Amino acid sequence: MGKDKLRSLFWKRFRKNRLAVSGGIIVLTLFCIAAFAPIISPYNQNDIDRKHILEPPGLKHPLGTDDLGRDLLSRMIWGSQISLAVGFVAVGIATFLGMILGAFSGYYGGWTDRIIMRFIDVMLSIPTFFLILAVIAFVGPSIWNIMIVIGITSWMGVARLVRAEFLSLKEREYVLAAKALGVSDVRIIFMHIMINGLAPVLISAVLGVASAVLVESALSFLGLGVQPPTPSWGNILTLGKDNIEIAWWLSVFPGLAILITVLGYNLLGEGIRDSIDPRLWETERY
Amino acid sequence: MIPTLFGITLISFFIIHLAPGKPTDILADFNPKITPEARERLEKMYNLDKPIIVQYVLWLKKIVKFDFGESFSSDRRPVMQKIWDKNQPLLDRRLFITFMLNFISMMIILIIAIPIGVTSATHQNSLYDKISTTTVFIGFAIPSFWLALLLMMLFSIHLGWFPISGLKSMNYDSLSLLGKILDRISHLILPVFIMSFTGLAGDSRYMRSSMLEVIRQDYVTVARAKGLSEKIVIYKHALRNALLPIITLLGLSIPGLIGGSVILETIFGIPGMGQLLFMSVMTRDYPMVMGILTISAILTLMGNLLADIGYMVADPRIRAK
Repeated sequence: MGKDKLRSLFWKRFRKNRLAVSGGIIVLTLFCIAAFAPIISPYNQNDIDRKHILEPPGLKHPLGTDDLGRDLLSRMIWGSQISLAVGFVAVGIATFLGMILGAFSGYYGGWTDRIIMRFIDVMLSIPTFFLILAVIAFVGPSIWNIMIVIGITSWMGVARLVRAEFLSLKEREYVLAAKALGVSDVRIIFMHIMINGLAPVLISAVLGVASAVLVESALSFLGLGVQPPTPSWGNILTLGKDNIEIAWWLSVFPGLAILITVLGYNLLGEGIRDSIDPRLWETERY
Repeated sequence: MIPTLFGITLISFFIIHLAPGKPTDILADFNPKITPEARERLEKMYNLDKPIIVQYVLWLKKIVKFDFGESFSSDRRPVMQKIWDKNQPLLDRRLFITFMLNFISMMIILIIAIPIGVTSATHQNSLYDKISTTTVFIGFAIPSFWLALLLMMLFSIHLGWFPISGLKSMNYDSLSLLGKILDRISHLILPVFIMSFTGLAGDSRYMRSSMLEVIRQDYVTVARAKGLSEKIVIYKHALRNALLPIITLLGLSIPGLIGGSVILETIFGIPGMGQLLFMSVMTRDYPMVMGILTISAILTLMGNLLADIGYMVADPRIRAK
């Protein structure tokens, strides 16, 4: 089966999977909202209007205003940039670390493998959210710090995946042939093996964005993530909690945005997984 | 397990030194409440004037005795005493409260997730399977703190069914024994529900795929072929094998559950270890943060060990090795 045939099969399966397609549409829509935030947001996200504080959703402010009279819809539109940025940078760091450590572990084996695997065990036995909070306590909360902290506490899954790929691929003929030709280890690892094991990494990265968005919003909600006045869905929810008895819209809409975003990435990730997995193709005629 | 424990202490120790400069510098910068005297105490606690290896060894010696130093907060009590206060009844000790929350939620998750997973698997692609799969996806994606806010709005504010926060009412001490129990339960219902709902997603999904794998095995076909009823085939032959991976999953889900208790305890004002961690992070109470981090990691490790033992008890094949 040629590469093009595989690709068209992937698309055929992916398009048939309605959940996966809706996940893809959600993610694309979010990209557009974040990209066009300056154009589509009806108000300046930081404009304070003391005459219209805590106004319920209405014609002037579709989603209402917060305790400083700022337009909730505009703040949420700008907040989408934050969750997108945190999600992608954090997952980028995690994927990079996971790929490097997993590749070394699987390719070299022996002591390298043992030390890296032990390190993974240690990282997995510390409750991640506690670890993140502890690090934040020392380095202080800021958007950059939480991106880095989420990244360095979530690479273990990728590392295990990549290691497993390397264990199964490193004995293949084409790798042995490359070795016999005197190709350097680095080149074999990255140009010959990694390329062939990218699919599962991609899936785990898409799913990783979902959990990074969740962690960011939780941290910001607790006041330990993105700091106001920069709007993030999590820190808007803090206002929702403070005004829980009088302003339901501050609690309902940002949470809904988080839910839809996370759902979108999860559906997309699972959809790609189902469309890639050849075991699920067997029953189909082509 | 011992090397892992060792690694945990290394990482904890590394975090202390993550702050730019000496940990004591940042203290003075960010927390004006910290007096020079407190700074001196910290220097002494971590032996910051000695070489780094010596610092680590000295710190380790204290950790082995569960001595995490004194809290920076105004009460200056030892860290260990704040987590596990021997002067208070068991039910009011922070570590116990967090443990209880997690334990109850885990039991509920197990009781519900297993039947859901099994039925989804045996009725694959049915309407029931689709509904439960959708619920699982939502359970995965819903932020626990948002669900908490929504339920608080509905049940505590609008309907007034449950108290909005805390672990016991103001008049707790004057209640009868039954009243005390009911009071506690009414405070715990919302947090336990949220913990269970968000945790349920993963476990039932896992149970479903584990069951799907098992019912395709030859021995299940054999059991059917010899005329056993479907009930016996599923619940006696298949379930026992499908349950094995769940034991491992339980062990693996402990860190996530404990981590989630920070958020829920903070929202609901439950005086557990998670809430204490949150307060300590906010006030940069370093000894508290390090103490809770180390203890939670040790607890997780013990949970994993229990899961391994459980696996051995449940699976004779592993015992034979």
